[in-house]
Amino acid sequence: MAAAIEAKKHGAKSVCIIERDKELGGILQQCIHNGFGLHIFKEDLTGPEYAERFIDELKEAGITYKLDTMVLDISEDLHLQILNTCDGFMRLKAAAIVLAMGCRERTREAVNIPGTRPAGVFTAGTAQRFLNMEGYLVGKKIMMLGTGDIGLIMARRLTLEGAEVRAVLARRGYPGGLMRNVAQCLHDYDIPLMLRHTIVKIIGKERVEGVLVARTDEERKPILGSEELYECDTLLLSLGLIPENELSKGAGVKLDPATGGPVVNESMETSVKGIFACGNVVHVHDLVDHVTDESRRAGKSAAYFVRNKLKENGPLIKTEPGKGIKYIVPHLIRVDNLNKSLQLFMRVKEVYSNSRLIVKADNEVIRKSRKMHLTPGEMDNIRIDAKILRQEKPAILSVQVKREEE
Amino acid sequence: MSSEAREIICIICPVGCRMTAVRDKSSPSGFLVSENQCKKGETYGIKELTNPTRVLTTTVKIKPGIYNRLPVRINGAIPKNKIFTCMKVINKVEVKAPIKIGSVIIKNILNTGCDLIASRSMKAS
Amino acid sequence: MYDIAIIGAGIIGTSVARELSGYSLRIALIEKDNDVANGTTKANSGIIHAGYDTRPGSNKAKYNALGNSMFDKLCEELAVPFKRIGSLVIALESHDPETIEELYNRGLANGIPEMRILNGREVRKMEPNLNKEVIGALYAPTAGIIDPWDLAIALAENAVENGVELLLNHRVTAIEKSTGHFKIRTSASGIEARYVINCAGLYADQVNNMAAAPYFKITPRRGQYFILDKNSGSLVNSVVFQCPGKMGKGVLLSSSVHGNLLIGPDSEVLDDKENVETTADRLLFIKEAAARTATGIPFNTMVKTFAGLRASPSTKDFIIEESKEAAGFINVAGIESPGLTAAPAIAEEVVRLLKTIAGELIKKDDFNPLRRKVIRFMELKDHEKRELVRKNPAYGRVICRCENVTEGEVVDAISRKAGAATVNGIKRRVRPGMGRCQGGFCAPKVMEILARELGRDMQEIVNEGKESYILSGTTKGEQDYKGKERSE
Repeated sequence: MAAAIEAKKHGAKSVCIIERDKELGGILQQCIHNGFGLHIFKEDLTGPEYAERFIDELKEAGITYKLDTMVLDISEDLHLQILNTCDGFMRLKAAAIVLAMGCRERTREAVNIPGTRPAGVFTAGTAQRFLNMEGYLVGKKIMMLGTGDIGLIMARRLTLEGAEVRAVLARRGYPGGLMRNVAQCLHDYDIPLMLRHTIVKIIGKERVEGVLVARTDEERKPILGSEELYECDTLLLSLGLIPENELSKGAGVKLDPATGGPVVNESMETSVKGIFACGNVVHVHDLVDHVTDESRRAGKSAAYFVRNKLKENGPLIKTEPGKGIKYIVPHLIRVDNLNKSLQLFMRVKEVYSNSRLIVKADNEVIRKSRKMHLTPGEMDNIRIDAKILRQEKPAILSVQVKREEE
Repeated sequence: MSSEAREIICIICPVGCRMTAVRDKSSPSGFLVSENQCKKGETYGIKELTNPTRVLTTTVKIKPGIYNRLPVRINGAIPKNKIFTCMKVINKVEVKAPIKIGSVIIKNILNTGCDLIASRSMKAS
Repeated sequence: MYDIAIIGAGIIGTSVARELSGYSLRIALIEKDNDVANGTTKANSGIIHAGYDTRPGSNKAKYNALGNSMFDKLCEELAVPFKRIGSLVIALESHDPETIEELYNRGLANGIPEMRILNGREVRKMEPNLNKEVIGALYAPTAGIIDPWDLAIALAENAVENGVELLLNHRVTAIEKSTGHFKIRTSASGIEARYVINCAGLYADQVNNMAAAPYFKITPRRGQYFILDKNSGSLVNSVVFQCPGKMGKGVLLSSSVHGNLLIGPDSEVLDDKENVETTADRLLFIKEAAARTATGIPFNTMVKTFAGLRASPSTKDFIIEESKEAAGFINVAGIESPGLTAAPAIAEEVVRLLKTIAGELIKKDDFNPLRRKVIRFMELKDHEKRELVRKNPAYGRVICRCENVTEGEVVDAISRKAGAATVNGIKRRVRPGMGRCQGGFCAPKVMEILARELGRDMQEIVNEGKESYILSGTTKGEQDYKGKERSE
């Protein structure tokens, strides 16, 4: 929605949102908790409240949208195949496309939990939809594997609706989601957080009856002999999100294996000209506010692209994740398209306390940022003055982590 | 109330500062909060020791909405120890669609001074 | 009183049912579970074997060879996807070529057509992704792949369309011989039938023992599998077997008929006929064994692991015969590999057997061997898509994003005879739940559609068996917060 609004604002004449659900808002409609909009609106909003702000603005801007409509295919030359019950099957041609398909959840199979395959194993997001929109409980006695934010939120949510969450397990020595969620979802409700534990077997013939819990070693591998049986009727999995890029792949968009999403430049344009991407489909975000920032950039750029205002040639900088950095978005920077500054988004590979993020233009350090606490579960960002980039004209812009004592 | 330092994770914003809060007669508030990155964190830390409150978000039954449940929120923070009692009261409510975002569903819930309001607009199905 | 009671609606029971449904007979197809094909049939390799592997002169050899040749016609009549992609038994060790030669000769003795022995270069040309160490292979072009449950479901549908009564959730508990017929007690109701055909798979011995003295034993032999993402299916072009040797039979690599990559199985004799757990150690074994065929198998694109139980007979061969003790009771037991391939031929044999026992059977004039084609929306041409949505808007709503399956397809799967009534039943018939998200996105929608079409509440919808409930109640019920409320 943010991309569409911004595209319209910046001169795109016809903008259409294609949404597969029966209403606008996407995943926000099931995120009924608060914590959204602290940066964008300076208010503490719930997911639906945040979404409704954009829905209202969208409707006021006269942007068209198709609901209950699925995009079946996107081609490299910007042809789309879409389907819904009213218009039927359609082929469209776009002047520019913005991809904002979000993520899917990591499944049990992706982490290979052996055992039986009974009913009662849910990913946190699916359980969230059942609970918050359809109004169904998914179980009464719940074990959770994974400490992503969605899981932590659901642990609280399920407890509030009368279920017993027996424990939340983290395979690593630290939780995957934000510490504030550990505090207000687990600590507040006395839900045990078991770090360095995992599930090695699912038990139950037709419905989950229990799980075998084992301790893990430094490589997150289960320690043989440490297995303990926990009785439960539900296993909730919050093992992380995977950007959903099947459509992107079909269009020939180049993906970064480190993010799972498209390689993008400063305008959020992908490797295919005219196809832009923003939000969770590019990389998994923690804050919707950053998603909105990114999406506005993509929408504006898409409009500029259509109006031939994006500068395609000129100095090009490649960003390079250095020591301790898993990935940096954007991957490429066309300096001529920058305004005053550029925000680099990144995630670290492990936990760092009391360290510095060091930004280098080729071999020269241009920025040092002190960070008390860096963890893979929380996205970081660093703002770089565009002037420096225009001056230095580096080929590579790298970021690395350096511990204070080094 | 113990005079030992308590570790508090601030929940005001996603940074989640790990703070320490302890009674301190010499400070104007009576408490000393450290390792907070902003003033809001200090306020929160003190509050946690004196009168912890929370924002409650949940759902209520709605008929005949496009979904079976309407997301709702308390437009303020209620005492932490009233959460489950609040849930019991909220669970009894059934709202009629259509409803506008921000509509008051329960005024002054459990005498907390806060209202339960609709977290979104929902059309009738 | 039924003329025939068939016990077990797996691949054998449904094949027999469909074959017999061409005759003027009152037939009951009795199944203990909540859907057809719920046992071994849904959890095996889905390979239609060429037939060189079986011992010449055995039932296995006879029915494998015969059955294989029947698959094109059968799958066309029943609108079941089937691909003859051929198979390779690859030689990796120095003594393997000898074994390959042996298999080849066995194949000749079994009358298997078109086999060839290939050298390493030829194999690598056919299969560029195999390990460079491959020195040769036995190539059998008549091997093929299919979704085994798909075939059983299609057979069941066709059988019921032609008058067979499908009785689900009927577990046979006792069989009493009476004059000229059998009294069958089940967990649901009593059934009387003149003839009984025992196709009870893993429990065929126990079913036999209800009517006559024990004379064979069925031992469960578990095999575990990996299924990898559709993007990985093109790793191999044919079914690639490892040469049987000191390490056992080896594991196979094959693309499935829908393009996923299938890897497995291992073999483990068990005691428990219900133990279909996957285990970490055996999955690791399969992973390591598979690396002998090809390195760089993208296990990180794994979509699912599962396990199935083979019904291994103590006689080491298919048991297809009338019980010597109980006249009119036909055992079709011990149908382990190559049971799926043999199924159509076994069904014909059972009918022949029945005719010798019961006398000539009257053919139906109105027998329709053709099953209405299953529409896969994404496979239609543009104008067909438009036309279909115009006629039936439900085909305009995609409910499974991973496999692009429409609501129309789901509704169709529910409305057919022997149709889906469970989430897994939908999964096996039209594929939502088989993709990358494993039902995360589509499960609520599938459940909604099932509830609506079957006139049930969402809470009544189950995954598989009757006790496999998915939802445990509604929110806002009378919640006991277990003393979490504190007094003010």
